[in-house]
Amino acid sequence: MNEPADLVVVGAGPAGLAATATALSGGLRVVLVDSGTTVGGQYWRHPPEHARAAIATGDLHHGLRTYRALCRALAAHRAAGRLDLLLGHHAWSAVREGDGFAVHAVDRRDAPRETTVVLRAPRLLVATGAYDRQLPFPGWDLPGVLTAGGLQALLKGGGVAAGSRVALGGTGPFLLPVAAGLAARGVEVVAVCEAAHPRAWLRHPVPLLRNPGKWAEGAGYAATLARHRVPVRPRTAIVAAEGGARVSAVRIASLAPDGSPRPGTERRVEVDAVGVGWGFTPQLDLLVPLGCALTESADGNAVAAVDADQRTTVPGLYTAGETCGVGGAALAVNEGRLAARSVLADSGTDPAPANRPPTALRSAVARQRAFARAMALAHPVPPAWPEWLTDGTVVCRCEEVTAGAVRAARADGAHDHRQVKQLTRAGMGWCQGRMCGPAVHCLTARGRAYEPAERLVATPVTLGALADLDEGPQTPQTPQSPRAAQSPRAAQAQQAPTDNGHTDKECS
Amino acid sequence: MSEITVDGEPLPFVEGQTVAAALVAAGRVAWRSTRVGHRPRGVFCGIGVCFDCLLTIDGTGGQRACLVPARPGMTVTTREDDDE
Repeated sequence: MNEPADLVVVGAGPAGLAATATALSGGLRVVLVDSGTTVGGQYWRHPPEHARAAIATGDLHHGLRTYRALCRALAAHRAAGRLDLLLGHHAWSAVREGDGFAVHAVDRRDAPRETTVVLRAPRLLVATGAYDRQLPFPGWDLPGVLTAGGLQALLKGGGVAAGSRVALGGTGPFLLPVAAGLAARGVEVVAVCEAAHPRAWLRHPVPLLRNPGKWAEGAGYAATLARHRVPVRPRTAIVAAEGGARVSAVRIASLAPDGSPRPGTERRVEVDAVGVGWGFTPQLDLLVPLGCALTESADGNAVAAVDADQRTTVPGLYTAGETCGVGGAALAVNEGRLAARSVLADSGTDPAPANRPPTALRSAVARQRAFARAMALAHPVPPAWPEWLTDGTVVCRCEEVTAGAVRAARADGAHDHRQVKQLTRAGMGWCQGRMCGPAVHCLTARGRAYEPAERLVATPVTLGALADLDEGPQTPQTPQSPRAAQSPRAAQAQQAPTDNGHTDKECS
Repeated sequence: MSEITVDGEPLPFVEGQTVAAALVAAGRVAWRSTRVGHRPRGVFCGIGVCFDCLLTIDGTGGQRACLVPARPGMTVTTREDDDE
C-alpha cells in the first residue's frame, strides 16, 4: 500500500477483523497490525497458514463462518492494495501526532531480531482484547499450572495438550470450551471447578432469553463434556496445587456462597496440569496513555468509556471488543463493525449500502452487552477468595512477593495496588502487574473497579529499537543486527515513568 | 518433522508451533528458575502477557517462548538466568 492510510487498527481478533473489513468496504485504506502469526486473535487463534494441514484445529472453533468471511474480505482488499496487514508486529506505544496518531511497533517476524515501524493515520482503532484474570492460590506458580487461556492457546495454536490429566478452575463460561477442547483431544479432564452456581443466571432471565445463540453454544459444550464424562462441579474451587518440579495434585473444596471453602469438603485429586481463569482483564495499555476516559464494568474491571458508536473520549480514537467491556466474540464483531462505521462517518465517507444499518447493529450490541452484564454478575470473583491464601503464597509471580508481604503493606497503610507496588515490588517485574494487578487490587481496594497501572511501553522493546527512533523514524526502518541491540531486560528497565512518577529502572 | 536445538539437544517440532508448544509437546512445562526462590517456571499464560516462559533464542535473552515460532536450526538455551 503506497498511499497514506486513513485508519490504523491494532489487534486482528474478532473486533479488529470486523472493523477492518467494514472500514475497507467503505473505501478507507487501512493498516491492520497484530502480534500473532495469523489473524484471529485469541478467540480464533489458528496455526500459521502454512501449518494448518499438519495442525488441525478446525473442530475446536466456533463461529468459523464469520471468521472465514472476514478473512476473505481482507484478502480481497489486500490484493487490491487497500489493506496493509502487518502480522508479527507488536505495538508498544500509540501517541497523538498532529491531527492524527502514530503507532510505534516492532516487527518480530524474524524474532529475536527486531525492526521498528511507525504507523501513522488520522484515526486509530484499538482492538487489543483481553487476557485471563488470575487469582493466586497456594501452588499456582508450579510448572503445569497454566491459565485456562494458555491451555487453549497451546491447543488451538500448536495442537498441543499441556497435560494428560487436567483440572480446570475459576469462573465463567470460558472454562467450558477449554474443557471441551481438551477432552476432544483425548485429555482426561478430571473436574471443571466453577465457583459460581448456575442458579445465579436465573436472576437475569431477559438477557438470557434474548441471546439464544449463546444457549446453543453452551449446549454444544455441555454435550461434548457429557460425552467425555467430564464433571462440571458448581460452587467449587481449586484452592491449592501441590507438586515439586511439576504439579502433581490439586485440592478442590466446595464453596459457601461468599466463596469461602466449606470446612471438611476439601479433597485431593491427582493431575499433571491445571488451567485457571476468573474472567478476563481488558488490555488497555495503548488506550490509557492516550488519555481515554475509563468507566466501570460489571465484572469489576475499568474499561474504555465509549459512546453508542464506539468512539472513545479522545477525538479520532475508537475501540471495540473486550477493551470496552468483556463480552465475547459475537459482541466484539458487532462493536468492531459499529466502530468502523463511526470512522467512516467521521471521515466524511458514506458507509457502503451493503453494511447493516447502524440501528440494527446498535440494538444487537445492546442485547449482547446485556448478556455480558448478566454473565459478569452470575460469575463474580467470590469475595472470600483471599481465604485460600497462606502468608507464603506467591501473589506477584515476577518479583516473588507473597500474600503475607501484601497484607503487611496493607497494614502499613497501602490502599491500592500502586502503593503496594511501591512498598513490596509487587507488579514491578517483567509482566508489569498484568498477572497480579487484579489480585493485589482485590486484597487492598475491594469495592472499586480495577484500573491498571499506566504503562507507557506496552511490550518490552530493545534499546536498539528505541535508538532508531531518535534518528527519525521511517516506515519501516532498516533491519538491525540483533547483536547491536541491547538486552530486552535493559530496555525494559528504561520503561518510562509509571503512574507514581518513578521509573522502574531505579528498582530493578 | 523439523528440529530446533535446546541446550544442545535436538527437539523436534511441527512447523507452525511456537518454541513453547514444541517444549510442552515434548513434556517440558518448566525451563527457567526464578531469581529469588529459584522456583521452576515455564509456560503460564501462553499468550505473551506473563513473561514466565523466558529463554534465550539464537543468543538473545528475554525471549517469550510462547510468542516465537520455532524455526529449523534455531538455537535455544534455558536454565540461564533469563530474567536477569
